Amino acid sequence: MDIILGVRLQDCTLVATSKAATRGISVLKANDDKTRILNTHNLLAYTGEAGDTVQFAEYIQANIQLYLMRENDTELSPKATALFVRNQLATSLRSRKPYQVNVLIGGYDTKTDVPALSWIDYLGTHVELPYAAHGYAAFYCSSLFDRHYRKDMDLEAGLDLLRMCVKELEMRMPIDFKGVYVKVVGKDGVRAIEL
Amino acid sequence: MSDPSSINGGCAVAMVGKDCIAIACDLRLGNQSLSLANNFEKVFPFGDKTFLGLTGLASDVLTLKEDFRLKHNLYKLREEREIEPETLANLVSSSLYERRFGPYFVGPIVAGLHSKTNKPFICGFDLIGCIDFAKDFIVSGTASDQLYGMCESLYEPDLEPEDLFETISQALLNAVDRDALSGWGAVVYIVTKDKVVKRVLRTRQD
Repeated sequence: MDIILGVRLQDCTLVATSKAATRGISVLKANDDKTRILNTHNLLAYTGEAGDTVQFAEYIQANIQLYLMRENDTELSPKATALFVRNQLATSLRSRKPYQVNVLIGGYDTKTDVPALSWIDYLGTHVELPYAAHGYAAFYCSSLFDRHYRKDMDLEAGLDLLRMCVKELEMRMPIDFKGVYVKVVGKDGVRAIEL
Repeated sequence: MSDPSSINGGCAVAMVGKDCIAIACDLRLGNQSLSLANNFEKVFPFGDKTFLGLTGLASDVLTLKEDFRLKHNLYKLREEREIEPETLANLVSSSLYERRFGPYFVGPIVAGLHSKTNKPFICGFDLIGCIDFAKDFIVSGTASDQLYGMCESLYEPDLEPEDLFETISQALLNAVDRDALSGWGAVVYIVTKDKVVKRVLRTRQD
């Protein structure tokens, strides 16, 4: 029941992830960061099976960084990053023990100055979306996004939208998810921000 | 419930007219009952007058789209010409049968005109590549039952391109309105010997 949300704004992408790490009925940790920075302009947020998530995220992170070193500091674009992750999950799906990890990739294409958001599930389903969520959070947030999202929103408007989502989730989700970490992926890279 | 071919939803249909063909699909991509995207096209061009429609598990649709793009490019380099619809059909069939005991969960359809003779060709496949040759229409996807019904009642042979467009559009639109997993927009390709027209249709958004 982890929460991950993403919104593509005018000049950046917002990613929000719940702070609680839960196992069954217990909250084990209240400051869990469910994101990994892949390269300067790409952020991976993940949910799914306990052991698989971090293992997969760090595998992707390592490979993206390896690419960076091999290709003389050429960064993979958000689109290329997303296709790489999709390919890994789609290949894994038909292996003996598939990774059960769902991810959002928030990115910013420095060549075209366009922010990007990709929704990828453990099956390898990939879509680029203006706003996205995984799991139960999607049921509560999709309608809010549909109603209030505008494609020319600035950072402050995007944060307001996320605040609405978190408020709704706090009201509807059966357990306390300890709030969210919010990260902004923009022209200058990834930075954390207080909601 | 967890049937791979109906997790994401979506459908496609192809029809033969007089010296023309039409191929169409809806635009929905969902996760069970939750709709995610209304821009997920399921029909892909291979050369000028040949098209491949892929419905079923979205992950496999994406994988196969890229796989056939690769194979099509290699074919063009080797043969120095465009692939014929019949050839693409056999390529799809053998590629799917390679995965006989761990199949891709897709329902492909092929439609096109022969590059020289402009003879219309359409066919469909099951998930392991058994070809279903048809001379009238082919349906595929979660609304295939509804599409069969609509096509059986609306289709007539030797329609002109404009009339074929109307027929395939009405068949698709009315079929997807009776399927909760399909809809959210549609795309129709009308292929004649010297022109391909792509039209995006507005549909009910529920």
